[in-house]
This record gives sequence, C-alpha cells and structure tokens, in this order.
Amino acid sequence: MGFDPSFSSRQFKSVGTRPLRPDGIDKVTGRARYGADFNMPGQLVGRVLRSPHAHARIKSIDTSKAEALKGVKAVITAADLPDMTAGDAALHSILENCMARTKAFYDGHAVAAVAAVDARTAREALKLIEVDYEVLPHVTDVDEAMKPDAPLLHENVFTEGVDPRPSKPSNVAKRSQYGHGDVQAGFREADIVIERSYKTEQTHQGYIEPHACVASVNADGTGDLWVCTQGHFVYRDQCARLLGMDISKLRVTSSEIGGGFGGKTHVWAEPVALALSRKAGRPVKLVMSREEVFRASGPTSATSIDVKIGARKDGTITAASATLRYTCGPWYGMWAELGAMTAFACYGLASVQTVGYEVLVNRPKTAAYRAPSAPMAAFAVESAVDELAGKLGMDPVEFRIRNAAREGTRSSYGPVYGPIGIGPTLEAVREHPHMQVPLGKNQGRGMACGFWFNFGGQTCTDINIGVDGTVTLAVGTIDVGGSRASLSLVVAEELGIPYSQVKAVVADTGTLGYNDMTDGSRGTFSSSMAAISAARNAIEIMRHRAAAMWDIPADDVVWEDGQARAKGENHGNLPALSLKEIAAAAPNTGGPIAGHSELVADGAGVSFATHICDVEVDPETGSTRVVRYTVVQDAGKAVHPTYVEGQYQGGAAQGIGWALNEEYIYGKDGRLQNPGFLDYRIPVCSDLPMIGTQILEIPNPNHPYGVRGVGETSIVPPLAAIANAVSNAAGVRMTHIPMSPPRILAALEAEQAG
Amino acid sequence: MMSGIAVSTTINGDEVEFLCQAEETLLEVLRDRLGMTGAKEGCGTGDCGACSVIVDDRLVCSCLVLGAEAEGRRIDTIEGMADGDKLHPLQQKFIEHAALQCGICTPGFLMAAKDLLAKNPDPTEEEIRFGLAGNLCRCTGYDKIVRAVQDAASVMKGA
Amino acid sequence: MVAVTLWGQLRTAAGGDEKLEVEAKDIRELFRKLAERYPGFEPFIARGIAVSIDGVIYRDTWSKELPQGSEIFLLPRLSGG
Repeated sequence: MGFDPSFSSRQFKSVGTRPLRPDGIDKVTGRARYGADFNMPGQLVGRVLRSPHAHARIKSIDTSKAEALKGVKAVITAADLPDMTAGDAALHSILENCMARTKAFYDGHAVAAVAAVDARTAREALKLIEVDYEVLPHVTDVDEAMKPDAPLLHENVFTEGVDPRPSKPSNVAKRSQYGHGDVQAGFREADIVIERSYKTEQTHQGYIEPHACVASVNADGTGDLWVCTQGHFVYRDQCARLLGMDISKLRVTSSEIGGGFGGKTHVWAEPVALALSRKAGRPVKLVMSREEVFRASGPTSATSIDVKIGARKDGTITAASATLRYTCGPWYGMWAELGAMTAFACYGLASVQTVGYEVLVNRPKTAAYRAPSAPMAAFAVESAVDELAGKLGMDPVEFRIRNAAREGTRSSYGPVYGPIGIGPTLEAVREHPHMQVPLGKNQGRGMACGFWFNFGGQTCTDINIGVDGTVTLAVGTIDVGGSRASLSLVVAEELGIPYSQVKAVVADTGTLGYNDMTDGSRGTFSSSMAAISAARNAIEIMRHRAAAMWDIPADDVVWEDGQARAKGENHGNLPALSLKEIAAAAPNTGGPIAGHSELVADGAGVSFATHICDVEVDPETGSTRVVRYTVVQDAGKAVHPTYVEGQYQGGAAQGIGWALNEEYIYGKDGRLQNPGFLDYRIPVCSDLPMIGTQILEIPNPNHPYGVRGVGETSIVPPLAAIANAVSNAAGVRMTHIPMSPPRILAALEAEQAG
Repeated sequence: MMSGIAVSTTINGDEVEFLCQAEETLLEVLRDRLGMTGAKEGCGTGDCGACSVIVDDRLVCSCLVLGAEAEGRRIDTIEGMADGDKLHPLQQKFIEHAALQCGICTPGFLMAAKDLLAKNPDPTEEEIRFGLAGNLCRCTGYDKIVRAVQDAASVMKGA
Repeated sequence: MVAVTLWGQLRTAAGGDEKLEVEAKDIRELFRKLAERYPGFEPFIARGIAVSIDGVIYRDTWSKELPQGSEIFLLPRLSGG
C-alpha cells in the first residue's frame, strides 16, 4: 500500500500535549455503557452451573427437572456445543473450558447453563440440574503436579520438547529451552555463585468489571453479541467457529470495558450465552458474578523457579541459568516458555540457559496478565542479581549497568539486540532524586529492571471527513485506558487540524475490517500507525480535490498545516484551501472524503523499565508499607503523556498488590478459598503513596512518530523491586511471593532461629 | 394478585415508585428496574464500592441495601451529580487529572469523594486516601484520583 | 542467502540443526522453503512462528524482506496481555 512505517524526526503540534479525553464525560456521569449495562427486549437471564469439585469425571447430567420449571426457556450442556474445532487444540481448550465435556477440571468449571425469565427462576433451575460426578484425586501445586505419582489430568499428554518422547503420560505438557554459550564453564569461571529457589502464587488480573454479555441468535443463523472484551473481532471469530456460524453473520459490538489486562483476550462464557440464545430463540444476558470471575476466568500462573548466577569479583556475570515451572491450568499454554525467554533478557551474557516446564494442574485455565510470565521470572532473577551484587559489595544499580544488554548483545532468548533502552533507564535511575532520599527505621530500598516484547498486529482504520470539516476516526482496537484521546491527537497531528475537530469511535465488527485485540501493548502503537496511514490516504484525496477545485494538476498541490497549497510560479496567487473548505465542496468534487488503512503493524520493538521502591516493614506484624515508588520507562514517543503515566502507575500498583498480598488460596479439597475482593485483597487507596514516573523517549525506528508500546512493561519490575526493598528492610532474603505478613514473620523468625 | 413490594422513594430529587422482590438489592433495582446503570456491580458483596450511592446523606454500597429499604428515603446516585449540563467540580477534575482509565470504578469514586468532601471539605492526602479506601481501582494506582480530589476540594472551598 | 537460527523445538524438527542457510527473499518464502525441507515444521508454522530480523520481531508480516547478511532468528509466535 506504499505506507512507510519508519521513524522520521519532526516537531509535533498535537502529539505530546495533554487534552481532555473524548469519552470522559460519559464516564464521569455514569452514561458510559459497559458489558452489563445493555439490554435487549425479551432477554432472558443466563446462569451457569459450576463444578464444586477440583477434578471429577462427569458420568451423567439430568436436566429434565430444570427444563420443566416454569419460566425456564433453555438448558444446555456440552451436548449443545458440538466440537467444531477441527483439530485446533487451542480453540478446543477454549471450548472445553466454556463447558466441561467429559471431566470437570477445576473448582468452578462450567458443566451446564440455563436461560430463564428472571434471576430467581434461573437460580432455582440450577438447583434442579442433577450432575453425577465421580470425584477424582486432584493436584493444585506446581511442584506436586510434576511428581511421577501425581494425579493425572489427561491420559494423552506426553511432554513435548523432550527427545525421546516420554512413554508415560504426565502433567508436564511441554519443556522448552533457550540460551547460548557454556554455562558449566561459565560457573567454573565465577568467583561467586548464587543459587536459589523462588515461588510465586497465582494471582488474578482483578479487573473490577466481571465478564458480561448479551447474546442474540436468530433462526437464520445471524446473531448479535454485546460484550466487554479486549478484542471484539477475536471474540467474533472464536464464537462463530465454536457455534458453526459464518463470521460475517455474527455482529459483535464492544461495550466500554471495565478492565481486562489480558483476562478478556479470549472467550469465557460468551459461546454459552450464544448457545442458550440459539436454543431459547430469545436474547440471553449472561453476567459472571465476582466469585465466578475468580473461580472460572483466567488467572495467571503460579510458579516455582530455580536460579543460578555466577560472577567474577569485578562484577561481570560469567553464567546464568534458570529452571522455570509454571502452571497452565488444565490445558497447555506457552507460559513457562515466555518466562524462559524473558528471564535474563535485561542482561548481556556470554553463557545463559533457561528451561521452562508447562505444568497442568486442577486450577482455572491460565490466561495472559499484562506482560504474561515476565514478572515472576524477573522476580527470581532480579532477587538473585541483587543478592549477588550484595555479596560482591557492589551497588545494585552499578552492577546492573555493568551487565546490561546493549545494541549488539545476544539476547537470552536468541536474537541480537538492535538499539535498546535498558541502559538509559538504569542511568536515569542512578541519577534520580529518589535514590538520594534518606531512609528511616525499618525501611529498605530496592530496585529492579524488567523487559517485555510488545507487539503489533492486524489493524484497520477508517477516517471519514464530514461536510463541515470535522473528522470521524473509526478504530477497531478497544480503548482500555484513553487511546481514543491519543489516536485523535495523532490524526489531528497528521491532518494539521485542532484536536477538537476529531472524534474517535470504536466501530463494531460489522462496520470495520479485522483488528487484533488490545493486548501486547499494541493498542496505541498499532492503531496510531494505521491512523497515520489512513490520514495520509485522506490527504492524498484532498490534494486531488483541491487540484480539481483549482483546475490545476494534482502534482502541484501540497498539504501543509491543515491546508492545500498550490506550489509553483503559475499558481502562486491562489489562496490556500483549508480542510473545511475542501470538505464543504466534497459533494461536487467526487463525493465523501475518506482515508482508509489496513495494515499489519509490526516491528514494535522491545521495551525496558527500571523501578525504585522504598518500603517500611513492621518487624512485629510483618506488615509492609510502601513509602515511595518511582517508575522509569522508555515510551519511544508519549502521544498523550498523562495516559502514559497512567499506564506506568497502574502496572506498578498491580505489581505492588501481587508482591505483597494477592494470592489464590486452595484448600486441601482443591477448592478456591478466597474468590472475593475481601480475601483476595488488591491494593486500596490507603495502601499506596503517590507513584512517581519518568518517561524516557528513545524513538522506535519502526514507527513514524517513534511510538513504543507502554501498557505492559511496568508490571514486570515491581515484584522484584519490592522483594529487594523488603529483603533490605527486614534483613532477610524473601523468596516467596506474595510477601504477606505471615510470610515475612516466618522469614524473620527463621532468620533469628538459624 | 401481583407479588412484590411496592416502594415509594426519592432519587436525585425525583419521586420514584417501583415494585421489587424481597431479595432484590437497591443496586439491582436501580440497574434492572429503573434503567439507571451508573452504579456498577463489581462484586455484589460490598467489597469494591463500584455500586456506591448516598442514602439519606450516608454513603452505602447499594449491593448491601435491599430495594425495599429505599422506602421513604432520599437517594443520590451518579446520574444526579451533574447539574444539567454543568459538571460537578469533582467530575470535571477527574477528567482533567485523568483520574480514570477504564472508568468502571469512577461513578463509585465520585460518590465516595462527594461524601468525603461534604463531611471534610479540607482533607489531607492521608484523609483522602483512607476516606476512599472503600473503593477499588485496578487501573490507575490511585495517584491521579487523589490529585483530582485535592484539586476539586480547593475549587469547592474557593467557591 | 540468509543465515537462520532456530529455537529449541524447531531444532528437533530440523534434525538437530541449530543454524541453517536458506535462499529466501522474504518471510513467506522462508517458511515455504523450510516446510519443504523439513515436513516437521508444518505444525509450528500453523501454531505460529515469529521472525526476528536483526533484533526486531515480526509476527505477521510475511512479505517482510530478509536483507542479505541480516541475522534471522525464529521464535514461537508470542502474545501479550
């Protein structure tokens, strides 16, 4: 299409400013509509029956009594969702997770669902469904699940990535390995070697909005779905395939989304709602309760990680290795592999080796959580790095600067790095005033680095110029945190018009081409690229329209500052034509003026962040207070700096909760003990200080404005930064996340006893 | 004979009547019977504050109040916070300070902040943080929310 | 001619070879030639392979040219959250 995504330096007029967001008024007045805020006439209430057992064979399900209850319009089981996945294992696991087929694999696994005229009837109906379970032994711990005598989730899983292939099935779905050099030789060369094991517990993305949708399927095979999602095109394609519908006949409209962070990147209950609607012949509204969200959506992995790092007395790391065991839930996912790839990515190492094991357990299906798998690996590695620096008597920042990856370094996951930003973030931290603030009693400071990939993806964008010169920008990337403002700035910049003349909307799947979901920090990066491309296409058209209005060749028309100008001696006297004037004349110069773009945004480039954290640990209660926090991260180019700050602060806050308090607690019976916000306690306002941010701008060479993705990297360093701070404050090395008060007290007591 | 409890109440200054079941919460009544979806259900158990409303000058989680309890009381919701097309200073400051990202917690925070400032017009940062500790936000880390409330407080004091 | 390095699992599919020489002008041609040479590559291509060209990762742009002498590294196709 002739679009060149490379960076070209320029002075910005709109990009980099901080205007008010266009969807702000709706959100502060309660007018904005989220997943559960929509209703269709005649809709039924959908409810899901869930397994109370961590692992059980489903011998039979008798739905007859439920079906007979007055007011019940449909009851479904897996029989109503025939397998149309055609060998696509990933899609099959989504299907089986939506509705158990032969076994229930976790406490909360859906086994049946009803649609009824009201909530009371739906609740009654669930009680009337009789499920005959054969309860099986279960396993929820990552290390227990790897033992040879562990209860098996599947009889047909033989560890992939092992040569020769094992003859016995196990719960280890896959082994992966990365690295280069000779770690054994490297360790022999080292003057000091640190070897430690770490554990992190399972956490949930914790979005405040539960999954919710309204589904309507018609007898002719068409359907509508209103849903909160990070990717309505992805949801459309998955639902269409699972229900045997044509993609173009299922129209998915995205509501505003009340948080996702990776947890709304594939379907959970939406196919169930569609299947209920199909059977009942009426729309069905299906909203998950908070308890269902915890039990049956997609938390992150629990992990068990061994790290070994060796260094010479001068502070050069000679070798580093890690073995990472991550839980996937009942089906394979790439989680440990991502941990193995990212663990040492901040460092330039001659010899490094990481091995990842994907472990199946009787827990809900693991889903992505903001830079998935990287925070846990960073916790383990950055804790070991800190300990190593301490033993060498070196400043932790200086030690990292010495060993940081740079352009030309071979990354721990394989490719050689081009220009990267870890050095600048470390240097910025070294100079940051935070590092000079004196610490009080029982206080400790910690810092850590983090790495994440960032992605591009399929993106489609429409610009339409109204006859009054105002511009509609239709995008397909869901706005999770203010991207409509950023994208409007980009279009305003490119067209040369005021921000207030641009209105961004998120289109539905029937009115725009395919867009990948808002994940992988790709929202602003990809959509801005497509918006720039679409704007340039619109400018092309307007140059030709101006040429027609002037009756001169189009080659003699240029676009500057929102206006068409005639260049050359012959046309010097022609006054410039503004976008408004060209738009007003559009009906007679060729019709509506639009700029369109479909592209695959790629080459997003990796990003790095370094965090500094001060904590105060109460040695009597083990309670930790976060006193001070600073995020330093490279954004390439901050389109709307306030929203970039918001991403940095939000990621840090999630990391703080993860580091200090959040965890899934399972009983011996394999049931989740704390599926609610009371006992799964995320940070509240009084837990946190102001969160300082420093945005570095090292342009990304693969984006016209230099934009990098920013949404995820800020959750990677906090676990480690806080662990290092707590370890310094308490005087004992912490190796188990979350570092809740009981764990800190136990560590203090062990230290005193030992 | 129709089942249900007939309730007469005042919401955002308007007289409202509705019928509800005994077990329905005020949140369910607002959202499902009255079409007022500004209050959100984040948890249904009073832990997240997304459903916050003010009942007779008392900040409550509407998921912990029964619809029938609205009888004869005065209820204020997010839908009544602006004065026609004039935003309340808190609403304006939340937008200016980018104190919202996804916005799902925002109605609840605005109700809680309004209640806080009504009772304590000149709060310290610590008082703001503890005053809003009943409302969960997962996106912002609370930094910009606190700044917005501080700014709104000074505007409201000045006015 | 470009030098291509494979990640762990792909090496097994390539009979243990870590580095290969392939004549290919873009990613699409690279995948086609590799699948022809090693039938075991097909499931990996189906599941998704990302291509790093001089350190920059490309996930979907199969028409992306492979410059002569550039470092090509094949990785599993990753996603975020």
